[in-house]
Amino acid sequence: MSVLVFIETENSLLKKNFSQIASYGVALSKKLGVKCIAIAFNTDDCEKLSEYGITEFTVFNSGHKFFDCLNYVNIICNFLLENHCKILVTSSSADSKYIGPLIANKWDGHYAPNVVEIPSTDKNFVVKQSCYTNKAFSYTEIYKERIVIGVSNNSFMPVKEKSDCKVKFENLKDRIKTIEVLSVDKFTGRKTIADADIVVSGGRGLKGPENWYLIEDLAEVLGAATACSKPISDMGWRTHDEHVGQTGKPVSSKLYIAIGISGAIQHVAGIAKSKVKVVINNDPEAPFFKSADFGIVGDAFDVVPKLIQKLNEFKSSS
Amino acid sequence: MCYNIKCFIKFEKIYVVKVLVCINSVPDTTSKINFTDNKEYDSTNIQFVINPNDEFGLTRAIWLKEKQNATVDVINVGQSQSDKLLKKCLAIGADNAYRVNIEAINGEMVADEIINFIKSKNHYDLIIAGRESIDYNGGMVAGFIASKLNFPFVTNCVGLKIENNIAYLTREIDGGRENIKCNLPIVVGSQKGLVEESDLKIPNMRGIMLASKKEIKVLGPSKYVSSSKIIRFEKPSEKKEIKMISPDNLDELIDILHNKVKVI
Repeated sequence: MSVLVFIETENSLLKKNFSQIASYGVALSKKLGVKCIAIAFNTDDCEKLSEYGITEFTVFNSGHKFFDCLNYVNIICNFLLENHCKILVTSSSADSKYIGPLIANKWDGHYAPNVVEIPSTDKNFVVKQSCYTNKAFSYTEIYKERIVIGVSNNSFMPVKEKSDCKVKFENLKDRIKTIEVLSVDKFTGRKTIADADIVVSGGRGLKGPENWYLIEDLAEVLGAATACSKPISDMGWRTHDEHVGQTGKPVSSKLYIAIGISGAIQHVAGIAKSKVKVVINNDPEAPFFKSADFGIVGDAFDVVPKLIQKLNEFKSSS
Repeated sequence: MCYNIKCFIKFEKIYVVKVLVCINSVPDTTSKINFTDNKEYDSTNIQFVINPNDEFGLTRAIWLKEKQNATVDVINVGQSQSDKLLKKCLAIGADNAYRVNIEAINGEMVADEIINFIKSKNHYDLIIAGRESIDYNGGMVAGFIASKLNFPFVTNCVGLKIENNIAYLTREIDGGRENIKCNLPIVVGSQKGLVEESDLKIPNMRGIMLASKKEIKVLGPSKYVSSSKIIRFEKPSEKKEIKMISPDNLDELIDILHNKVKVI
């Protein structure tokens, strides 16, 4: 029996969240007294996992460069059965949430997404999950033997641990082509909200799309991704993929800077996983100040250029 | 002559795609979340709405009905308080509304009930459910339905067209979009972007009148045995005080971010 960790890859490299997911799997496997092994697709980036306690790493070459849902599901299910795994650990990324329920059903397991802690296993298997878009947590008892866990972003910190990791490569035969990816449009030169350590976000306080240079310039100095509140994407000032909040993208960055965003409950819920929140707003009564860590009452058109200048000075001096 | 050509073109464009949209009832997004003894969700004074991700899918389905003659059925697993939302679905153009009369406990159970329903009907070409509900954020219903029916599944869907029984879809991925082709039948996980927020349908008087004459078909539940149970809820701990910084002292902010909380 073992715990299997699904490591996501992009352009042949492990995605940034790999260390969190691997460490979670290793911690859980220790608690259960079993070994922790890993699986990934299309990568040769195999050294890193041995720094996080994984003992076996199997890489499947799918012969297809895009995320290949049904084939990944089949391979992972077979792998779980062959290796007598009881638990599969995945992240809570869009791709993991895509294949999670499919694997759970095919493997006859329970799917538990948004898990924020190592489960308690004293009597029954109990997972703590975030729900109501970070407004609450639930504790769920699971009665199935096999469980797919989706670890919530940034809720488990990586733990370094050297291990002797055996790497194995396999090729996928007979690819299923039911779902055919025709092409992928990538936004080039832009950091993605899912991957960024820092996110700079703008709201109605910026008065118009022509003023977005403030957000973009600040994001550039910080190496951050840009985002916006719901009304901004509804009005078409920015595209939907930048909308963060309850019905938009979730944010779990290290630093979240909100500029000219009042802080509607849906917005605050969607960014709640961010570690440090800075709010800049000219209205001292803006509700966002209630949930932020640091606040500046001031006009964005005045504060942001000054902040950019100060950050540039800070960067050149450090 | 002219008339005949028109007729021909029109005939060419007719494909009757049968669509089923799964509707979940969730607390309105502005709701404060409270629990009774940390055991049960406290729905006092809470307004329930159609799960936003489901509503984007429903609107796209109605578009398929208006443009391509599709038929659109909706289904909810829940108790009678969902009827109000199903009436809204009928008022904006759904043909039939069904409700499986049992409290929805978890995503897998909802998926099982919907699959039972689908099997009792002949067939659906396109099954749409929100990419996730905004209450449990499980994102399970669409995936489980697809997997159990052995239909292909595309989630985070922001584009959907159907031509000659082939679905052309756009899936949002980290930092971009994927363009996908897939034969029907298919299960789609819908989200914002599939239609614009401003295109969401609001029932008009005629729709409301028509809906009032239609009946919601209430079905009995199957004997589902749950593989999990929520034993308690917890609210996040209260936040500590915010630290205010003067706009004239931005060096302090940079110092804190760099030296104290170490995020830059």
